[in-house]
Amino acid sequence: MCLLGLAYTAYKAFGTAIDDAQSGWLVIGSFLPETTDLKMPPVLDILAGIVEEPRGTGDPFWTIVASEAAFTLREAAVGFAIGVVVGLGIAIALTTSGRLERALVPHVIASQTIPLIAIAPIIVIWGRKSFDFLPFEWQDWMSVSIIATYLTFFPVTINGLRGLQSPRPENLELMDSYAAPWGQTLWRLRLPASLPYLFAAFKIAATASVVGAIVGEISAGVKGGLGRRVLLEAQRYTTGPERLYVAVLGAAALGIFVFAVISTVEYALVGRKGREAVT
Amino acid sequence: MSDAPDANGPDGDIAPDVAAVELDGVGKVFNPGRSNEVNALTGIDLRIAPGEFVTLIGPSGCGKSTLLRLIAALTDVTDGSVSVNGKTADRARLDRDYSMVFQRAGLFDWRNVSRNIELPLELMGWKAADRRQRSAEMLDLVKLSEFARHHPAELSGGMQQRVAIARAMSFDPKLLLMDEPFGALDEMTREHMQNELLRIWAETQTTVIFVTHSISEAVFLSTRVVVMSPRPGRISAIIDTDLGERSEATRDHPEYFANVTAVRNALRGDHAS
Repeated sequence: MCLLGLAYTAYKAFGTAIDDAQSGWLVIGSFLPETTDLKMPPVLDILAGIVEEPRGTGDPFWTIVASEAAFTLREAAVGFAIGVVVGLGIAIALTTSGRLERALVPHVIASQTIPLIAIAPIIVIWGRKSFDFLPFEWQDWMSVSIIATYLTFFPVTINGLRGLQSPRPENLELMDSYAAPWGQTLWRLRLPASLPYLFAAFKIAATASVVGAIVGEISAGVKGGLGRRVLLEAQRYTTGPERLYVAVLGAAALGIFVFAVISTVEYALVGRKGREAVT
Repeated sequence: MSDAPDANGPDGDIAPDVAAVELDGVGKVFNPGRSNEVNALTGIDLRIAPGEFVTLIGPSGCGKSTLLRLIAALTDVTDGSVSVNGKTADRARLDRDYSMVFQRAGLFDWRNVSRNIELPLELMGWKAADRRQRSAEMLDLVKLSEFARHHPAELSGGMQQRVAIARAMSFDPKLLLMDEPFGALDEMTREHMQNELLRIWAETQTTVIFVTHSISEAVFLSTRVVVMSPRPGRISAIIDTDLGERSEATRDHPEYFANVTAVRNALRGDHAS
């Protein structure tokens, strides 16, 4: 973090020096971006922006960002959970038949080539118009969760498929020799064997769910959340550029947080490192 | 010795009505009709009575492991029929009439030793307390009691295979199919495991079909040695090697050496042809 701040400041000083010198200095000056305090607010300003109380709020800015991060976290967490269920469901379905796998995997991959920005409004419109059969009132943040799901199910399906297919043939034959039904083989062999693969996917999916939620908020026009905040601070950038940086830092912190949560769960479930083999 | 084997084997006359395993004209072709077609087994007739200890021996590629897998219904026959305890092989598999021990221990890394042994019992719906008790008994049998809470990665290859044997025997199967189970063990452990296996076999009256590369192991363990030859896999001789009750002293017995010689000659005859 400190190194990042130093690099940022150093680059800025370098850029300013080039600008101060004659335009076109050593050619570099002509294409390197300008570094004014407006474009790159000083690190100290950004740090001050974290604790500063924006006018008319009475709260330090970081608490505002934190509550919006919590809003985004809810969307991301719901999206992640649905993504894991859907992704794993698809992976399990594909494990049942090689023909199904060959037929469906290209479609799963193709689904990820559609830009998220393009489908986000469609999902929001569906949410507002079509989901009135549900026992609860559909809210826009739920549409954002669905958008996050779209990003999260993919790594779970792809890694889950590899994990479910990872048991050695003799382990599968062992289960056959015990006449274990398909569900038992799944529960006692394939799923436990796929945990390391799944957690690798969960780490990607968790951070992707945050990205999906923020992008979803921006394109869905949801009130609240980090995406909304980033949009807002971009609009009033000239009066407080450091606040946009703080909002982005908040998004980064949220991504790191969800990654850490998954890593902790992984350690508790499969992390038995450091045992020595007895030979 | 290299005559075509009698369908009932040398002691077919004293065999009870229902054979533990009956193979009738069994053949197996892998990838039939394709360029990678392999004729693994052909014309296998063999009858194994309940309580016998039969060893399949032969060079690599003679189809002895394939034969074991056919009896286990893990692969289907191309020709002929396999019956186990008077049922089709697959019915016997579904009834859990047999248990199998593979070349590789194949323990589940995420389960400790005790829970690995409990696996088949879980699949059969045993209660947790009963499973734990049986698993403790089995660990005692293979002399690994102090490793109950260890994970497979913390065990040597030989210890892992002993756990696999404990797992296979945990539910008292009527038939034990063993595919070179002691191949990975050191000589001392191997002889110990052979003695233990014979003791368990005598106590439980389980029928054992055992695949091995080792002539001495085959002769020491079995009541009958089935010698196989490759391309296509077939039975070239069946040698009666029943030494009665066996002990460490049996390993120095003249009859034991005579049987070793007989099996070796049968295997050699095979190379000459």
